[in-house]
Amino acid sequence: MNLFYHLGSLFLKFLRDCGGVFIFFWQSLLATFSRPFRARLFIKHMEFIGVKSWLVVSLTALFSGMVTAYQVHHALVKFGGQSVLGGVVALTLTRELGPVLTAIMVVARAGSAITAELGSMRITEQIDALKMMAVNPIQYLITPRLWAGVITVPLLTAMANLIGIAGGYVVGVMVLGIDHGIFMARMEDMVELQDIMSGIYKSIFFGAFLVSVCGYKGYYASGGAEGVGKATTEAVVISSVGILIFDYILTTLFF
Amino acid sequence: MITIKNLKKSFNGFQVLRGVNLVIPEGKTTFIMGQSGTGKSVLLKHLVGLLSPDEGEIWFENRDLTKLNEKEWQEVRKKIGYLFQEGALFDSMTVGENVAFPLIEHAKLPENEIERKVDELLSAVGLLEAKDKYPSELSGGMRKRAALARTLALHPQVILFDEPTTGLDPILQRSILDLIMEVKNRFNLTCVIISHDVPLALHYADQIAFLHEGVIAQIGSPEEIRNSNHPFVRKFLDSALIDGAKEVSHEG
Ligand SMILES: Nc1ncnc2c1ncn2[C@@H]1O[C@H](COP(=O)(O)OP(=O)(O)OP(=O)(O)O)[C@@H](O)[C@H]1O
Ligand SMILES: [Mg+2]
Repeated sequence: MNLFYHLGSLFLKFLRDCGGVFIFFWQSLLATFSRPFRARLFIKHMEFIGVKSWLVVSLTALFSGMVTAYQVHHALVKFGGQSVLGGVVALTLTRELGPVLTAIMVVARAGSAITAELGSMRITEQIDALKMMAVNPIQYLITPRLWAGVITVPLLTAMANLIGIAGGYVVGVMVLGIDHGIFMARMEDMVELQDIMSGIYKSIFFGAFLVSVCGYKGYYASGGAEGVGKATTEAVVISSVGILIFDYILTTLFF
Repeated sequence: MITIKNLKKSFNGFQVLRGVNLVIPEGKTTFIMGQSGTGKSVLLKHLVGLLSPDEGEIWFENRDLTKLNEKEWQEVRKKIGYLFQEGALFDSMTVGENVAFPLIEHAKLPENEIERKVDELLSAVGLLEAKDKYPSELSGGMRKRAALARTLALHPQVILFDEPTTGLDPILQRSILDLIMEVKNRFNLTCVIISHDVPLALHYADQIAFLHEGVIAQIGSPEEIRNSNHPFVRKFLDSALIDGAKEVSHEG
């Protein structure tokens, strides 16, 4: 009885959050078209979400690329197929690891900060103060972040793809001794523009998704400093898990 | 004029406002007093749509504000200023940027004009030297004054002040209220001021309303309030006016 009650209320909360996040996303999207256009904030958030994430995204991509090369090589050697290493590494990265790992690192670095900042603005009534000055807080606080996410996450993903493949090359060619020419040729044979684009499209979705979830959790935070901490944890967990789930759904449906 | 009719509000089953009736006359100063936690801030937030009531009406310019949507509120809020009890300064901006914010958003002035206005406001509240500081670097009283400068930057028809003088020294309290009155007279503002300070209220108010147990226990001119027989109001006044403080009240 108690268990069902617990599960039921969790499920209801989940549904409410889903609806809330979607409405929140929709409101901030619509607010794009209301004046004034906040170019300066947009650039500031691009810097925060995008530029400042380059190091962690690069490191993540580099090591994922290197370890992928090792693991794939290990599997390919079993039937003597190590010549296709370059192609397999590049496909894994551009289609899956690049977009997913980039988005998750952006959640960890920028998403958590978005929730914490908006949450503290909520509990210190700064969001109410914006309303009182007849400024639409969603248009001021969320819309620029949403677009910054939508634009920088795919750019970071493209960078991650490149660095990850470079890492795979270093391991494949310089450590495992695959011929440079074969590595590159197989990669060119196997990877098509469509593979790269499928990853980029996903990352556009992830950018919008992570800003919506982290923004929503912060914007509606309550319960003092503790509430902001809780909202931040929830935002990070929901966006990270959500990215993996949506990655699966998008892959099976479209790509 | 703002007319509040039978306003009720509960939080988690606890009824804070239990049918508040209050008329706030135009161009006058109304003080709202009452014990801590009785719902003064909650009442004020209803007037600007930051909270919505369970029941009741709020009439302003022939409209019931409780029926407005968020877009209509945005228009109404341009006419009503609000000083938050805790200031609610934007902590990502300096004091100067905070005060400039409403001007940049709404006043359509050239940049040097805004700059001049900000300096004028900050010197009026005695904060010119703190212009480039961030809110986290200020004392509580300085934050309150910065927030006041931001509230006064635009000249709405009505300004609601949630404890503008609490936490300030007596000299500052007087000068802040004098400043509010000067602005009020210059622009014929309607002021609503929440305060715990009885001598100040008796001196500056046109009318004083006492909120007690979720309703307006008594409302009247400072003279009527000073001679009140209402047990709660009497107790409140007597606790505040133990001795010399009474002298101030005679000026009013
Ligand atoms: N958002 C809220 N959620 C739940 N309860 C609230 C909320 N806001 C206020 N309350 C409750 O309403 C009551 C009145 O609060 P309010 O802030 O209006 O008091 P106040 O009269 O302004 O007191 P003070 O003089 O100390 O500022 C308190 O019991 C408070 O706990
Ligand atoms: Mg209060």
